[in-house]
Amino acid sequence: MPKSKNIVLKGVAASTGVAIGKAFLLDEDDFCLIYKKIPKNARASEKKRLDDAIEKTRQELKEIYNKINDILGENYAHITDAHILILDDPTMRRDVYKLIEDGANAEYAIFKVIGKIIRSFESIKDDYFKERKVDVQEVCKKILANLLGKQEKNLINLKENSIVVAHNLTPADTVTIREKLIKGFVIDIGGKTSHTAIMAQGLGIPAVVGLKVASSQIRTEDTIILDGNVGEIILNPSEEILEKYQKNYDKQYEQIKELKKLKDLSVETIDKHSALIFANIDNSGEVSTALNNGARGIGLYRTEFMYFNRNAMPSEQEHFEEYAKVVKEMSQYPTTIRTVDLGGDKFTKLGLLKLGQEQNPFLGLRAIRLCLKYPDIFISQLKGILRASAFGKVRLMYPMISGIDELRDANKILQSVKQELRKKNVSFDENMEVGAMIEIPSAAVIMDVIGKEVDFVSIGTNDLIQYTLAVDRVNENVANIYDPKHPAVLRLIKQVIDSAHKEKIEVGICGEMAGDPRYTAILLGFGLDEFSVSASQILKIKKVIRSVSFKEVKKVSDKILQCGDKESILKIMSTIQVH
Amino acid sequence: MKEKIITVSNRMGLHARPAAMLVQTANKYQSSVKIIKDDFDIDGKSIMGIMALAAGQGSQLKFIVDGPDENEVLTELESLFKSNFSE
Repeated sequence: MPKSKNIVLKGVAASTGVAIGKAFLLDEDDFCLIYKKIPKNARASEKKRLDDAIEKTRQELKEIYNKINDILGENYAHITDAHILILDDPTMRRDVYKLIEDGANAEYAIFKVIGKIIRSFESIKDDYFKERKVDVQEVCKKILANLLGKQEKNLINLKENSIVVAHNLTPADTVTIREKLIKGFVIDIGGKTSHTAIMAQGLGIPAVVGLKVASSQIRTEDTIILDGNVGEIILNPSEEILEKYQKNYDKQYEQIKELKKLKDLSVETIDKHSALIFANIDNSGEVSTALNNGARGIGLYRTEFMYFNRNAMPSEQEHFEEYAKVVKEMSQYPTTIRTVDLGGDKFTKLGLLKLGQEQNPFLGLRAIRLCLKYPDIFISQLKGILRASAFGKVRLMYPMISGIDELRDANKILQSVKQELRKKNVSFDENMEVGAMIEIPSAAVIMDVIGKEVDFVSIGTNDLIQYTLAVDRVNENVANIYDPKHPAVLRLIKQVIDSAHKEKIEVGICGEMAGDPRYTAILLGFGLDEFSVSASQILKIKKVIRSVSFKEVKKVSDKILQCGDKESILKIMSTIQVH
Repeated sequence: MKEKIITVSNRMGLHARPAAMLVQTANKYQSSVKIIKDDFDIDGKSIMGIMALAAGQGSQLKFIVDGPDENEVLTELESLFKSNFSE
C-alpha cells in the first residue's frame, strides 16, 4: 500500500524548533500479566521477590536522579523524588502485600493495586492533577520490568536523525535518550506543562505533545517534519514540502549554531568599545532562558503579572518571594525591578475604589502616578523589593516619571520604607541603585535635572515614541505614523544619552527598539550603554555589536542626527559596514 | 490526637513536588497523619493519595495527627504550607 503523503497532525507546541527525521517508535511495554496462585509456603518469598524488585527500581531511580541533576539541574531532578516516594507509598505496599498474602503473584498484585489508583486519578476533573497518573504508571512499569527481568528499551542503536514517537515519554526516557541523533519528540499525551514538555525545553529539543493517536498512526521509518513552533507534524511529506522545510531548517540551524557560539563572548565592537546586554522578563520563570542566552543582567523586570488573575492585592511577602527568586538566580548580575505600571482600572477588582472610566487611559492615572496617589500599593511592593535586595544586586526603577517632583515624592516614600525596615532590623541593600524610566518626552527634555537625582535611567522607547509623536500604536488608522526612525525620536534619545553621561550615569533602552537589530548600530553610535531585550534577541544584538566598529557607527550616527526625513536616515543606515 | 484545617495557598496546589515534600516531612515523625478533603480521607504518608486529592490553590485540608510527636509534625507541616513549598 503506498504511503499517504502530507498528513498533518495537530497537537500542542511543547518545545520550539523545527526537526526533520525518521520516526523511531518507542513501544509501550506490553506486559502479559497472568494471575498465578502462589502456594502458602511460597508467599513469604513472593513478598521478598517484590521487595527486591522495588529495591532495584529504587537504585535505577537514584541513577536517573543523578543523571537529570547533572544535565538539567536540581529543579528538574526533583521529579524523581516523587517517583521514589511512590515506591515507598505505605498504602500501596500494604494493599500489594495483602494480595500476595491472599495468594496472588507479585506482578498481578502490583498491577491490580496500581490499576485501582490510576482509575482514581482518571476521575479527577482538573487536567493538571489528572496527568499525575503518568508518574504512577511510570513507577509501576519499572517495578514490573524488574519483576519480569525485562530489559528496558533503549535508543542507543539509532543510526540516523530520528524523531522519537511514543504514547508517553517519562522524564527518565527523555534524559537517558539524549543521543545526538534525536531531533524531536512526538508524544500522544500531555500538555505544555507536562514533564516531557519541560524536559524537552530544557534540552532544547523540539517537541509536539498532545497528539492523541499519533503513535498508533505512525510507523517506524515514516519521515516526519516536526514543527514545534506551531505544534504540528507532517507525516511523509512530499518532496516539495520536505525541500521547503529542509531549507528553513538548515538556515535556522546554522543561524542558531552561529549565534550560540557568541553566548560567552564579550559584548564589544571590533575596536573594543563595550556595551551591556540585559534581558527583559515578566516573571521568575524566564530567568534561566535569559541566562542561557548570555544575559548579564535583567534590564527590565515587569511586575504587572503580580496583580493579574486575583481578587486581592499581592502581599509584601508575595512580592518578596517572587523577586527574591529572580535576584538569587541572577547572583552577581543586576536585576532591575520596575514598580508596577498599570492603570487604575486594573486595581478595581483588587479592592481599590472604582475610579471610573478614563477618557485617555494612556494619559491618565497609571504607573507611578497611581502609586503616589495610593501609597499602600506602592509601599508593599517597595518593601518586597527592598527585602529581595538583600540577596543580590537589585536596581529599583520607577515608570512614567514626567518631572522631578514625582521622582522626589517616590524617593521620599522609599526613604520612609527603608527607615521602617531598619527599625525592624530587616536587612536590605543600603546601596540599592534607584533609576527612572525615561518614556515621557518631558522627562527626556529635563534629563540633566533628573540625572542629578538618579543612579541610572532606562529609555522606554515604546511609550517615548507614542508620546512624542502623539500616536496610538494600536490604532490601525495611525499606526503607520509610529516610527522609531522619526528624527525627533532619534534626537531625543541622543539628547537623553548625552545629558545622562554628563551626570556620569548609565543609560539603557528597554523598549522594543533595543531588541531590533536594525537599530543596534545607531544606538551604539549614540553612546547607549545597555541594551535590554527579550531573551531571544540577546545573541542577535550581540552579533551586530561584535561586527561593527564603534568609530564608524559613531560617525554614521552623527550624520543621521543631521537628517530631517526618514528616507535620508534609511539611506545612511544602509551604509553601516558589518565586518 | 490533634486536628487542624490548613488551606493550600501555593499557586500550583499539591502537585508532585509539594506532595513529595509533604510526605518527606510526615515521614520524619512517628505520628500518623491523616488528611481529609471533601469526602476523601487519605494517609498523609502516601504520595499517591495526596496527588489523587487534586488539591489546588485554595483547597481546605483537614489534618488529623496522632502519636507521640503530633505537635511537632503539625507545626512543621503548617510551616511547609506557609512557605508555599518554596514554589
